[in-house]
Formats: sequence, structure tokens, C-alpha cells
Amino acid sequence: MEPNAFMYLTVSAFMFVIGVVGVLTRRNGIVVFMCVELMLNAVNLSLITFSKMHAVAAAAGGTAADVNPAAGSMMVFFVMCVAAAEAVVGLAIVIAIFRNKLHIDINDVNILKW
Amino acid sequence: MNNTILSLIVLLPLAGATLIGLTGFLNKQFRHMEKLIGIIATAAVAVPFFIILSAFLHFSSGHDGHHDAIKFSIIPWIESAGLKIGFSYHLDQLSLLMGMIVTGIGSLIHIYSIGYMHHDKGFYKFFLYLNLFIFSMLNLILGDNLAVLFLGWEGVGVCSYLLIGFWYEDMEKAKAAQKAFVANRIGDFAMIGAMFMIFGQVQSLSFADINASAGSFGDSAFWITLLLFIAATGKSAQIPLYVWLPDAMAGPTPVSALIHAATMVTSGIYLIARMHPIFSVPAAEPVLMVIACVAALTAIVAALIAVAQNDIKKVLAYSTVSQLGFMFMALGAGAYTTAIFHVMTHAFFKACLFLGSGSVIHAMDHMHTVKDPQDIRTMGGLQKYMPHTSKTFWISTLAIAGCFPLSGFFSKDEILANTFFSGFDHGSIYFAVWFVGTITAVLTAFYMTRVTYLTFNGKERFPHTSHPHESSPFMTIPLWILGILAAVGGFLGLNQAMFGHDSHILNHTWFHGLINNRDLEHTMHEHISLEWGLIILAFIISYGMVYFTYNFYKKYDIEGEIKVKKLFGKMYRPMENKFYVDEFYEKTILKPFVWAGENIVVWFDKNIIDGIVNGSASVTAAIGDVIRRMQTGYVTHYALVISIGVVILLGYLLLG
Repeated sequence: MEPNAFMYLTVSAFMFVIGVVGVLTRRNGIVVFMCVELMLNAVNLSLITFSKMHAVAAAAGGTAADVNPAAGSMMVFFVMCVAAAEAVVGLAIVIAIFRNKLHIDINDVNILKW
Repeated sequence: MNNTILSLIVLLPLAGATLIGLTGFLNKQFRHMEKLIGIIATAAVAVPFFIILSAFLHFSSGHDGHHDAIKFSIIPWIESAGLKIGFSYHLDQLSLLMGMIVTGIGSLIHIYSIGYMHHDKGFYKFFLYLNLFIFSMLNLILGDNLAVLFLGWEGVGVCSYLLIGFWYEDMEKAKAAQKAFVANRIGDFAMIGAMFMIFGQVQSLSFADINASAGSFGDSAFWITLLLFIAATGKSAQIPLYVWLPDAMAGPTPVSALIHAATMVTSGIYLIARMHPIFSVPAAEPVLMVIACVAALTAIVAALIAVAQNDIKKVLAYSTVSQLGFMFMALGAGAYTTAIFHVMTHAFFKACLFLGSGSVIHAMDHMHTVKDPQDIRTMGGLQKYMPHTSKTFWISTLAIAGCFPLSGFFSKDEILANTFFSGFDHGSIYFAVWFVGTITAVLTAFYMTRVTYLTFNGKERFPHTSHPHESSPFMTIPLWILGILAAVGGFLGLNQAMFGHDSHILNHTWFHGLINNRDLEHTMHEHISLEWGLIILAFIISYGMVYFTYNFYKKYDIEGEIKVKKLFGKMYRPMENKFYVDEFYEKTILKPFVWAGENIVVWFDKNIIDGIVNGSASVTAAIGDVIRRMQTGYVTHYALVISIGVVILLGYLLLG
């Protein structure tokens, strides 16, 4: 069976939902963090998919002139850059929390309130 | 003449003020370079004078009868739908004349000030203010719309405030400055009201538009003209707002000469002359009567006070108020050009008198033995020591008293004739105004001769340990120029009955077509013998009164004062105390204001204002107390809220 766009998008949606659920339910900082990465990559997958769809349509001469097929792929690189930067900052925060509390339970990090 | 050169008229004084102000502020050495500062400041006024002069020559050489105003503009100012106001100026007959008076006398007074302010520690500030004043005044008289005029109107008010309070370490002087500012503010308020009403009528503030549609103003002309007159009473020191002008003498004497005698105080007269088409509509007729009556009252009250003053500058100050009254009498009689004529002649002789008094004060002050250098009781016999000051002072005194053929005769006689003949067709109240004006003329001749005689002639009453010196040429040369102008300035408006119709250059050639006086020619022709009667009366009053006063004081010298006191009887004490007007204002206006300030306003501030401020703070705090519970501190809660938000938004976009 040849994989088609629908399949890719389904995978992307699953990955995203898994990510959201993980962020909302898990208490381990690193896991939450990984789930955020999962969400970002789910979006990347769908962006790539749409980009490919447009490229195919353009080759067939059937797409609107103002849609650049490369835009989706470009966006993915930006997301990857941001994700890398975010990983640096996030891990630094996790380490800082660990040094203070000797664990990384994010529900225990709740003094910034009211 | 092109726009750039003409723009310099207005921009040079501003540039001078900026240059002197900034350099003086940054560089302490510069503050002591008196000659340099003086030259810069004088040039910043003298150059505009010559530009206006050449514009004048260019203008008057134009083809006869019909003149177009020379226009120039610098930058746009306010531009919005339908409303275009720019820094645009025009030089027509009225602006040219006023411009020459302001910059011409301004230049002379700048030169004089170099001598007068010598060694003053605020020397550079003084010239900064003077230049700024000239800039504002030029905006006032050259602006071709009410907005620019108002800018100048406020500007001269500020400069007047700064210059009256120039020696602000003295509390009295600082207070005088404040008084002038506040009194002027009342008039300015009326001015703003008038501007709003005019704009409501014409949708424009340019004089050309306003004057063109003056006929269609209807009944609103009454209120507009009344407000304009109230505005004029503030700046031009008429009852009830005249009280600031005598106190304004606290400023340095050149300032008194420039601002409080020759230029700024005449801006009210200029305003009315400029807007005269509105004053000429029938609905404004009662306002003209009000103007004439208020003016006559101001003239005589000020003259009576002047009789009983011993401070040389105070006498001149009240004399100025009185002469401004004369100008307003002319306006009230619809003789706008006559008022401007008197503005001009008065500028010459009163500037000369003030500068002369400054020269005297300077000399008395330098003796260091006189307690009050302004008190005429400690002067006397100064002509021996100060020949130039004395001669020019006498010329100007004769001019202001109205002695033929000096300038005051022509302008004052014309004013009195106009009020008198207005009585025939425009209400007999004008006869009363004329009568009061004539009495004032008698008093003028008396008090001016008195002050001049007691200063320069008779016995020397100052201690003889040292003797006074004549002032430097910086001061005497302007005195002579002004003295000569005071003598010959009247030839621009020779008496028609004496010299024929066309001899009145100002009325029949210069202002022809621009300013239309109320037509009295017919009445005058009918009563030509009465006009000759008025002329003879003017002769008798001026020469007779000067001759009488001179001989009176020659005989009794300072003891003559006792006889004068007896003559006025019970009136004298109120006159000496300025009719207790200041005290009256203090009791009726100032006291209630202070009381209200201390009680009502403080209560209002404490309860209402502070209540609103504190109330809004505590309401915010109460709401915050409830709402901030949302911030739990759990990251997952925030993430959940964000997710729900995303779901709702997506749902709306996909389904909605």
C-alpha cells in the first residue's frame, strides 16, 4: 500500500494528541519536555506533508500561483531551530530545579502564584 | 521681495533670542560680553526694521489707490479637514505701520538698554527676553489670521511677565509680574471666546475671510465685539483690568518704555482696528458706546491718579493708561485710523518720556545718596546736569500735552473732534465722552508739566554730596531720535480743517480702502465753525495749561503741591491712593478666592479628588483579590487552559 497524505496527517494528529495529553498529565519535567518536542514534531510532519501536496499539485499545474511549495519545508527548519533553542533553555531550567529540590516534579514548582 | 527675506522679519528676532539664550546658558564667559550681546540683539531687531522699511517703500510706490497686501508664510501649522492655519503673515497698511513702530522703537530701546543694563548680572537674559518679545509682537501684528495673532498675544504676555519680574529677587517685583500675568489672562479668556464664536460663524480664522463676511454676523456681532473689547481691556489696560500696568513699572525702565507704553499695550487697539468691520455692523453699535464710555472713564480716572503720584514712573504709567483711554475713545467713536494715529504719536512721545525717566533714575541711582531714585520730590534742577534728557523730556511733555504743532496736538484733537461729532448722529452720550476727554486733556497738560518741572527745573532737592551725570550716548541718542519723532510725527495726520482735506495723509491716502471709519465728514462740514472752536479750545487747553502749570511751580516750587492738595480737597487722598481700586479688588475678588481656595477647594480636593483616586485603586484591588485565584502556580493548569482555548478557537474556525 502506497502511503498517502491522509496517512501522514493521521500519524501527525496522533502524535500531537499524545503530546498534549503527556504535557497535561505527566509530572516529570523531562517527560513533559519530551511531550512538547513530540507536539512540535507532529506539526513538522504535517507541514512537510502539506508542502509535498502543494508541490505535487503545482507539477500538475493545478495550484494557486501565490502558494510557494517550499514554504512548508522552510517553516520546518524554523521550527527545528526554535525547538533546539527551547531544548537548551528547558533543560537548563530542569537542571536548576533539580539542584534546588533534588527532584523534577513540576507540581512541586508552584510558588509563582497569586 | 521674496518670501525668504520677508520671513527674516519674524525669524531674526527668534534667532537672536535663541542664540543669546543658548550661548549664555552654556557659556558663562559670553554672559559678560555685553557689547557683543547688545549688537546681536539690536541687529536682530534693526534688520527686520529695514526689511519692513523697504517693504513699505515698495508698497507705497505701488499704483495709487489700490494696494495689495504683501504676503509671506513660513510653515503650515494646523491642517485638518477644512481648517488650514499657517504661520502666514501679511504686510498691509496697518501691519506695516505697526511693524515700523515696533521694530523701529524696539531697535532704539535695544540700543538704549545696552547703556541702561550695563553691569546687570542678567544682561544676556534681558536681551533674550527683549528679542523674544519683539518676535511675539511681530507675530501679533503681522499674522494674517487670529491663531497667529493669538500666539503673539500670549507670547507678549509671557515676555511681559518675564521682564516685569526681571529682578525677581525682590518679592514686590515678582508679585507685580504675577499680577500682570493674571490680569492679562482674564482678557485672554475673552479672546478665546471671541475666536470660538468667530470660527463658529465663518469657519475660518483668517482676517480676510472674517472681515469679508462681517456683514452677515447679525446679532452675534454684539457678543463677539464685546468679547474682543474685554480681551483688549486686559492687554491695553482699560477699566476694569488696568491695575496691572502701573505695577508693571517694577520692570527695568526700557521695558516700561517698550512694552508698557509703546508697543504691547497698544495691541488691543490694533486688534479692534484690525477687526473693525465687525465693530461697524449695526448690532455692534452699543458696544462702540460701551467702549467710548469705559475709555473716557479710564482716561479721567488714570489722569486724576497721575496728578497725585510722586514716583516719576508711576506718573508716566497712569499717563499711559489715560492715553490708552484716549485711543479707545477714538475706537468707540468708530475712528479706527485716528486711534492708530494716536498709537503712533503716543509710541514716540511716551517711549521718549520713559527712556528719559530711565535716564533720570539711572543718574539718581548712581549718586547713591538718594533713598528712592524715582521720587520726584528728591529731584529738581536736573536740567543743568542732564541737558539732553531734559530737552527731549520737555519736547515729549509738550507733545503729550497737545501743543501745536507737536504730534500730540494732531492726534488728540482728532480724537476729541471725532467723539464730539459722533454726538450729533450716534447718540448724545458721545458729547459726555468728549467732555470727559477734554477735562482729561486739561489734567494731562497739568500733571505732565508738573512732573517735568519738578524733575528738571526749580530748586535742586537732592543732597549735594555728589551730583548727577548725563547718561552715555547709548541712551541719549535714542532719546533725541524719539524726541524728534515726537515733535514731527503728527505731520502724517494734519488737521483737515486747518490744512485742507488731503493733508491728512494717514486717513485719506494711507488707510484709504483698508479701514473705513464711521463717516463723520458730512457732520463735520455742517458744523465747520464748531470744529474751529474745538481747535481753538485745544490751543487754549494745551498752551494755557502748560503755561499756567509752569508758572505755578516756578512760583511755589515743591510747595505748590500743598496748594494742589487744597484745590482737590477731599478728592486728593483717594487720588493719592489710586482710588483704593487695588484694595477693592483685594477685598471683593482676591479675598473670596483665597477663602474658597482654603476651604472649598481644599475640601473638594481631599474628599472628591482624593476619593476618586483612592476609590479606583481600592476597587481594582478588590477585583484583583477575586480574579487572581486563577493563578494557581501549576504549569499543567495553564497548559490545560491554553489547550481548551486552542480547541475552542479551532472549533470556531472549522465549524463557525
